[in-house]
Amino acid sequence: MSPLARTAQVPAATDPSLIRNFCIIAHIDHGKSTLADRMLQSTGVVSARDMKAQYLDRMDIERERGITIKSQAVRMPWEVDGVTYALNMIDTPGHVDFTYEVSRSLAACEGAVLLVDAAQGIEAQTLANLYLAIESDLNIIPVLNKIDLPNAQPEKYAEELANLIGCDPDDVLKVSGKTGQGVEALLDEVIKQLPPPVGVADAPARAMIFDSVYDTYRGVVTYVRVVDGMLRPRERVQMMSTGSTHELLEIGVSAPNPVPSKGLGVGEVGYLITGVKDVRQSKVGDTVTNSLKPAAESLGGYEDPKPMVFSGLYPMDGTDYPALRDALDKLQLNDAALVYEPETSVALGFGFRVGFLGLLHLEITRERLEAEFNLDLISTAPNVVYEVMGEDKQLTTVTNPSEFPEGKILEVHEPLVSATILAPSEFIGSVMELCQGRRGTLRGMDYLSEERVEMRYTLPLAEIVFDFFDHLKSRTRGYASLDWKADGSQVADLVKVDILLQGEQVDAFSAITHRDKAYSYGVMMTGKLRELIPRQQFEVPIQAAIGSRIIARESIRAIRKDVLAKCYGGDISRKRKLLEKQKAGKKRMKMVGRVEVPQEAFIAALSTGEEKKK
Amino acid sequence: MSFYVHIPFCTVRCGYCDFNTYTAKELGSGASQASYAATVSQEISFARQVMDKSGLPHREIETVFFGGGTPTLLPASDLVSVLARINSEFGLKPGAEVTTEANPDSVTRESLQELKDGGFTRVSFGMQSAVPHVLAVLERTHDPKGVPQVVRWAREVGLQVSVDLIYGTPGESLEDWRTSVEAALSYEPDHISAYALIIEEGTKLAAQIRRGQVPNIDDDDHAEKYQLADEMFAAAGFRWYEVSNWAKGEGHACRHNVAYWQGGDWWGAGPGAHSHVGGLRWWNVKHPSAYQQRIDGGISPGHGREFPDAEAVKLERTMLLTRLGSGMPIAELDEHGRRAVAGLIADELIEPQSAFAGTIVLTQRGRLLADLVVRELLDF
Ligand SMILES: Nc1nc2c(ncn2[C@@H]2O[C@H](COP(=O)(O)OP(=O)(O)O)[C@@H](O)[C@H]2O)c(=O)[nH]1
Ligand SMILES: C[S@@+](CC[C@H](N)C(=O)[O-])C[C@H]1O[C@@H](n2cnc3c(N)ncnc32)[C@H](O)[C@@H]1O
Ligand code: SF4
Ligand SMILES: [Mg+2]
Repeated sequence: MSPLARTAQVPAATDPSLIRNFCIIAHIDHGKSTLADRMLQSTGVVSARDMKAQYLDRMDIERERGITIKSQAVRMPWEVDGVTYALNMIDTPGHVDFTYEVSRSLAACEGAVLLVDAAQGIEAQTLANLYLAIESDLNIIPVLNKIDLPNAQPEKYAEELANLIGCDPDDVLKVSGKTGQGVEALLDEVIKQLPPPVGVADAPARAMIFDSVYDTYRGVVTYVRVVDGMLRPRERVQMMSTGSTHELLEIGVSAPNPVPSKGLGVGEVGYLITGVKDVRQSKVGDTVTNSLKPAAESLGGYEDPKPMVFSGLYPMDGTDYPALRDALDKLQLNDAALVYEPETSVALGFGFRVGFLGLLHLEITRERLEAEFNLDLISTAPNVVYEVMGEDKQLTTVTNPSEFPEGKILEVHEPLVSATILAPSEFIGSVMELCQGRRGTLRGMDYLSEERVEMRYTLPLAEIVFDFFDHLKSRTRGYASLDWKADGSQVADLVKVDILLQGEQVDAFSAITHRDKAYSYGVMMTGKLRELIPRQQFEVPIQAAIGSRIIARESIRAIRKDVLAKCYGGDISRKRKLLEKQKAGKKRMKMVGRVEVPQEAFIAALSTGEEKKK
Repeated sequence: MSFYVHIPFCTVRCGYCDFNTYTAKELGSGASQASYAATVSQEISFARQVMDKSGLPHREIETVFFGGGTPTLLPASDLVSVLARINSEFGLKPGAEVTTEANPDSVTRESLQELKDGGFTRVSFGMQSAVPHVLAVLERTHDPKGVPQVVRWAREVGLQVSVDLIYGTPGESLEDWRTSVEAALSYEPDHISAYALIIEEGTKLAAQIRRGQVPNIDDDDHAEKYQLADEMFAAAGFRWYEVSNWAKGEGHACRHNVAYWQGGDWWGAGPGAHSHVGGLRWWNVKHPSAYQQRIDGGISPGHGREFPDAEAVKLERTMLLTRLGSGMPIAELDEHGRRAVAGLIADELIEPQSAFAGTIVLTQRGRLLADLVVRELLDF
């Protein structure tokens, strides 16, 4: 068994052959954070006394210290056969919304620990990240975790893992992040099995940015993996995608607290601070070089983040609009993928059309806006980006149903995804039914074992952004997992359905749907609104229309009586208080033409949760 | 100034009723019907002392209303003695209106005569409906056949007569309601009150509806029945002077209730009674035994009070004055309210001619949507 390293290798003076860069790929709750904690402890970088559970979890640290120190990469010393190595453990986001970020983190590594819960087996999300890892030529170390659990089935899942990556079941390591069993052996294997990084030491510096975080005190902290050459403090560096230059105020490694160093050499992983205040000036995937002696070519692989899903965000209280703008501005400092522009809605007032990488990104952003900035928000139904060709043969990009061109439409292009669904085989039928109902095309199906099957579908993105995952879960009693990635586009028969209240279009409820589903959307929405909008003194027709053609209609009958018939002496205060309450409730009404619509009606009509409860 | 006297006793409790009233069984030992007239008379004397100390100018009593409960469960002599106390402490103004509520089966020709002789001028009978199955849902125990008789007696002894009707009871058809209205008109009262049934929380009827044993009431049904009644009353020479009240010719409106709606001052005596004097509203302890204890101990029976601020007074005035046939002066409205007037005319909620002449008077549609009109006038 390896002892704790007696001395650590010094950053900027570590031979690449003594460096190992790896990440851990795991499904949520399979124990990545716990294992990482155990590694920090085993290598002695965090003493047992200082050890708090989930040391590296950014959110925890944020909560505790109120600042953002994201320890995306930790440098740990480890000794094997009397030689001390430097291990860099690089964190990867685990969700498909962040596929691009994942791919950049993986590109900073030579190997990956594939961590799978020995009581659960592999999940779709893990498959996706594994695929990305294999694609970036990483060496994979398969590991089963939680072997201390009484219901662990290490043999069964070792078999499954071995099948999947083509190794011997006996090569699958078995650990418990909880008890520490097998963790030191795993560290040894990381050194033995993974190749050291290679690069040209005397070439112009090239380092790849794999993460970039905004810190209130230090500005943007950029995490890099050096490929060639050396970066040193006080040098001027250049971002190769934009050509902008900055002074390196500080450079160092996380161990796991930031420790400044004399520089970072070939194969090393660490952080840079240049004093910039906005993560968009230090973009994930970009190449950093020395501005006096710049590299001729970047490392490649840089892409601008591309929002996939758009939603309108509106403050519940119109006076919060400036606060919402400030909050989005602040979030954007730390989230290069967040894009937004002001929009106005007849129904909801002033707000923003916000682009997200996916639904999770949307949810996280919304939650942060509400929790960290104390905002009450209404968000419109999320929609994807369409390319619409009108009669003029011009393609218009539509990120909001209101941008859908009027008049004759020649073609509408919608984005597609390729989705991987893992489910117990007994649910094949009901998963297929769901995917067919969502205009999916089956691309292939494999049995991972007798009971578990992997199904691959091409689906329109629009069909999965809303409530697909919830339906998938409920049809499989929670057992299915889903992963997807963008995969081109197709021409489809899509139309815009408008909802009209008393003849007035309510923009917040317009939707772009497949023609076959327009009617059911119309019936659903008009029906919902009939329930949600209180009766008015006149009849209120509610219609769903494609262009000028009405496809569904409902009406809210006029209210004929609201007066309290009897009003004796003792009733006076009671009745006044009733009216005062109505008066207080009045602020939450929005006018659509002459129709008073309670704020709650908008929220309820726009939320999918309501539907599920029924 | 007016006086309200609450009589908190009934022989049985009707299923829809949440008035502050008690059957003998519910009353318990702490209070008694027999001594009630004496107890409430003490409050009247106490009222005189309070009013004297208040610094408000002394005013004679213009209207008195005995309500309940069932005031006529007490011997007529008791009611007369209480009225006598009001007269001795405050003085009844000549021509004062003195009303008592009465259940049709709780009076005789003699008791009515005695009331008349003791100074009562008016009686209001709780008829509710002429249709047996409707009365059954309401759990009314009186025999509808007795109503024309008691109305006749009251007229014969020289009392003005009103009857109370309730419409929209579960199971009541439009024809049932027409029957009740026709019956009420045929008794030739001077005044009719017609109330849409309110399902009050905590009543037996509310529970029956919640459990689905009785169908729920419906606002549209109420609206239709209101329209029918309003037209039938008008055809019979009754004029609406408040949303739920119609009087035959001039001079038969209930001046006591009009005083409530016009923001007048009144003292309410008895358990749970509300008062409004000099801008202050207060109310007494609710239970008769708690009430009796306070009075016996020489302590004010007041339990809670409020002093509505200018905003609240404005709201009250608007909600009360618009209920009246005499209407609300447009001059009392603020700028928002005045701006709403044209829209109310367009929506046929108020009478155009009256508006031109400077008063908000509700149309029939407006009476049914009076709360909406109030919200528009107060801009919320
Ligand atoms: N029994 C047992 N539980 C574990 C083990 N590793 C993690 N857990 C538990 O599994 C849950 C998820 O662990 P966590 O490290 O947060 O997973 P992550 O989402 O992959 O970071 C937590 O409740 C851990 O305490 C293990 O080896 N054995
Ligand atoms: C104090 S109550 C009753 C007087 C008398 N005890 C009686 O019932 O005949 C006065 C009137 O209020 C009306 N009323 C009582 N409860 C009601 C309710 N829940 N809904 C509508 N009107 C009601 C009835 O018309 C009743 O005649
Ligand atoms: S008799 Fe009148 S006060 Fe008594 S319970 Fe019936 S409705 Fe209520
Ligand atoms: Mg974790």
